[in-house]
Amino acid sequence: MDDFKVIDNYLMIRMPDEIDHHKSVDISSKADRYILSKGVGNVVFDFERTTFMDSSGIGVILGRYKKISCFGGKVYAINTDHRIRRILLLSGLQNIVEIMDKA
Amino acid sequence: MIEIIEKRDTSRITNEMRIEFAAVSDNEAFARMAVAAFITPLNPTLEELADVKTAISEAVTNAVIHGYENRNSLDDKVTMHCTLIGDVLKVEIADQGVGIEDIRLAMEPLYTSRPELERSGMGFAFMEAFMDNLEVRSEPDRGTLITMHKKIGLSAWIDSEE
Repeated sequence: MDDFKVIDNYLMIRMPDEIDHHKSVDISSKADRYILSKGVGNVVFDFERTTFMDSSGIGVILGRYKKISCFGGKVYAINTDHRIRRILLLSGLQNIVEIMDKA
Repeated sequence: MIEIIEKRDTSRITNEMRIEFAAVSDNEAFARMAVAAFITPLNPTLEELADVKTAISEAVTNAVIHGYENRNSLDDKVTMHCTLIGDVLKVEIADQGVGIEDIRLAMEPLYTSRPELERSGMGFAFMEAFMDNLEVRSEPDRGTLITMHKKIGLSAWIDSEE
């Protein structure tokens, strides 16, 4: 799968155009397969092409955080535009996720 | 404020639509796009469009996974009734599912009745944050009705100010 890439100890996930409950189920299960089979410690969510996200996206991030944080892993959200950022901040995710803006 | 607008202007309903669709997760995207298309004539800002789409997505997702317990059955239906009253969008989203026993608890941020589904518990909080008002009516085993209002078309106002 092209949207999932392992670089060193990081799982890079290219998030889809729209993230809702329908899409999130798939992303979560694929991510978990990578985390388990490759034993990666950190997860990077790349929102470069994402134009829509609802609270299901929060569930995806929180779920992965719970899986890796007990082993000292970190979660990153990169290329977030202001709308994605607003959703992340509303949910208080800035406390557990490293949020990096779109340049 | 919304109540006043609605009472004063019920004779001024400018547009209306009603859709019934199966309570399957594919229709979450369909529902929010339908409402986005419906309000396009009001010239919404990108911000307003995103707000409305997120709120609709949350409400429909709730109906699919909580109201109808994630069955994804074609026999379960969600109805969406949209009305334009002047520049105010009113959306009603109804299901005939299991209903909500404790609405106040359900609306609490981060609370979820289905933690195993990896829900964030932010659905109602997002609806409240992104719309001007939110009303939840529910009865166990009868279903849930979500009513939301939002004033649309800040862009027209900005144009006139300029």
